[in-house]
Amino acid sequence: MSEQMTAQTQPPSAEELLRGAVKDPRELTRYLSYLKTLTEEGLNGSVLIAPLDAAINWSRANSIWPLSFGIACCAIEMMCAGASKFDLDRFGAGAFRPTPRQGDLMIVAGTVTHKMAPRLRRLWEQMPEPKFVMAMGACTIGGGPYCKYGYSVVKGLDKIVPVDIYVPGCPPRPEALIDAFLKLQARIRTDRPIEERIKGKEQGRGERA
Amino acid sequence: MTTEQIHELLAKRFGDAVLPYQAPAAGDPWIGLRPESLAEAALFLRDDKALAFDLLRIVTGVDWKDRISAVYHLYSTRHNHEVTIRVDLDRADPRVESVTPVWPAADWHEREAFDMIGIVFEGHPNMTRILMPDDWEGHPLRKDYVAPTEYHGISNVQ
Repeated sequence: MSEQMTAQTQPPSAEELLRGAVKDPRELTRYLSYLKTLTEEGLNGSVLIAPLDAAINWSRANSIWPLSFGIACCAIEMMCAGASKFDLDRFGAGAFRPTPRQGDLMIVAGTVTHKMAPRLRRLWEQMPEPKFVMAMGACTIGGGPYCKYGYSVVKGLDKIVPVDIYVPGCPPRPEALIDAFLKLQARIRTDRPIEERIKGKEQGRGERA
Repeated sequence: MTTEQIHELLAKRFGDAVLPYQAPAAGDPWIGLRPESLAEAALFLRDDKALAFDLLRIVTGVDWKDRISAVYHLYSTRHNHEVTIRVDLDRADPRVESVTPVWPAADWHEREAFDMIGIVFEGHPNMTRILMPDDWEGHPLRKDYVAPTEYHGISNVQ
């Protein structure tokens, strides 16, 4: 009985994990050689091997601090997503920051007016890289119900700042926001921060607009 | 007191400055005043013992295309009666005395009416826009208003 349980709960070996995670055969050979060295030196088990990009992405994707940017009714759904029933904190995004200096993700939840636009742009500029922008709701995406006759409404957040992910709805339900968040995490995991840093690309990432 | 009774009282005091009473076909009754007598009438409406309109509920503006109106909705917490006062203004240059010294609540309402319709309330302590940015051009709720195609380099078209 106990033997059976042990067999079932046996974790995969480091080699199995590497074979599953690293797709590039040349990289895999390199990591396997590191593993061999570690095993020979008796360090296997206390050392974790991972591509640096993967480690950076892992930490970035699982600790996204949103900047509080609830500017209209969509904010009610955003607050709901952050509260106990939906609990956005499960994904490491529960720490809503009141300052752009500590924010990674700007969830623009609500109608953006021309009066608000320069303030929004400035707050986005004050956020440190890497930063992400989520356009939540119809108003933010393209002006929504104010698109045709709304003289004071900016017809789309992407006229002011580059947007990474759009969440449709009026307002989107918390599930939609969480789904968008998971998609953003998946997108962050495909980043190559080290490579980009070496090529000097990452600094300019914000200038895509 | 009904609007008709209030009208009678006002007409006795201010004579020609109060327009003849018209019972509306639909909606709430109102009393029309000449703009130059508004400030004096406002004080009377507030301070007269029988009227005692101590609460200004809202100030709005209406663009009728040939003229512009400023509308004041008053309520008396003492007598539980209400009245609507309307002054018709020249559309080319709508100006009327501010009632902010009479009812401080008028402050932001008058700024809003100025911002949206373009009524200038003379004697207001701070006659500036309240909703739109300070450098916005035009008054958006005028019937002939055309929204700008661009504002500070941001396109305002779909």
